[in-house]
Amino acid sequence: MDGSIASDDNWTVAGHSFRSRLIVGTGRYKDLEETGAAIAASGAEIVTVAVRRVNVNDPKAPMLQDYVDPKKYTYLPNTAGCFTAKDAVRTLRLAREAGGWNLVKLEVLGPPPLLYPDMQGTFEAAEALIKDGFQVMVYCADDPLAAKRLEDMGCVAIMPLGAPIGSGLGLQNPAMLTMIMQQVKVPFLVDAGVGTASDAAIAMELGCTAVLLNSAIAHAKNPVLMAQAMKHAVQAGRLAYLAGRMPRHMGADPSSPLTGLIR
Amino acid sequence: MSSEVTLTLNGESRAFTCSAESPLTVQSLVVLLGLDPRKVAVERNEEIVPRSRYAETRLTSGDALEIVHFIGGG
Repeated sequence: MDGSIASDDNWTVAGHSFRSRLIVGTGRYKDLEETGAAIAASGAEIVTVAVRRVNVNDPKAPMLQDYVDPKKYTYLPNTAGCFTAKDAVRTLRLAREAGGWNLVKLEVLGPPPLLYPDMQGTFEAAEALIKDGFQVMVYCADDPLAAKRLEDMGCVAIMPLGAPIGSGLGLQNPAMLTMIMQQVKVPFLVDAGVGTASDAAIAMELGCTAVLLNSAIAHAKNPVLMAQAMKHAVQAGRLAYLAGRMPRHMGADPSSPLTGLIR
Repeated sequence: MSSEVTLTLNGESRAFTCSAESPLTVQSLVVLLGLDPRKVAVERNEEIVPRSRYAETRLTSGDALEIVHFIGGG
C-alpha cells in the first residue's frame, strides 16, 4: 500500500456506492459561486439541499443547479425547517417530484435554540416515507434505542448529532456515538456539530462510515480552504481507523532502546 | 370571454386571467411565471401534481399552490 486509501474503500448506502466519505451541505454560503467552489474543493459526491418556495416574483434568479450540477453530485434533499412529521413528508414528496430522487435526509426538529431532533416526529415521518418508497437517511438523537428502532424500521443510514446543528462545538458524545455505532449495521454518520477539521477526523477515527457537515465549511473565514481541510481530515481519520490506533498507556514507553547507552 | 382565477400561490393571493379557449393549468401557470418546469415541483391543495399531468391539471379559484425548488441547505 502506498499510503493512499485503497481504491476499493468505498461505502454503500441503499445500493449507491461512493468513494468520498464527506457529505456537505450547500447552505449558508456568501453566494452560489462560493458554494460551488467550496463543494468542488471538498471532494464530496453527495450534497444536501433544501426545498423551498420559488420566488415567483423573480423567476430568473440564479439557481443552485446552475452552480452545483445535479448530474455531477448526488442531491440529498433534506427536511430542514420541518418541525412536524407531516411537513417533512410533504417536503420530501415535493423533492422527489422536483428531482426524482428517493434517497433523502429526514430531519424533524424541535424548536430553537437547540433544533434538537424530535424523535417522535422522526419515527412518524420515517414510517410514512419508507412506506412510500423513500430511502431514508435519518438525522437523530444520540440515543441507542432510537437508532436501533430507526434501523429496524428500514432507514438506510443512521445519522446522530455530535452537537447541535450549526453549533461547531465538535463531538460532545464520542463514547455514546461509539456505543450506538457498534450495534448499527447500516451506514453510520455524524451529522451536525463538526466545527473544524479535527472534529471530522475524530468522527472517522471512531469508525463512522462518513461525516455530514455544512456550517464548518460555510462559516469558516475561507470556506474553500476549510473544504480542503475537511477532505483531508476525513481521509486521515479513515486511514487511522483502518490502521488501528496503538493502545493507550498510563505512563511512558520509550521508542529508543534503554540499553547500549554510553556511560 | 375571459374570466379571473384567484389562487393562493406560495401563500400569496394572485389573480390570473384565463378563458374557455385557454384555461389556466399548472403548465400554463408555470410558463406564465417564467419558471423552468424541469427545476420545480408543484403541489395543489396539498397533493403533488406530477410533471406529466401539468397540462391537464386545470386550476380554479380557491386552489392553493406551492411551487418549490432546491436551494442551499445542510
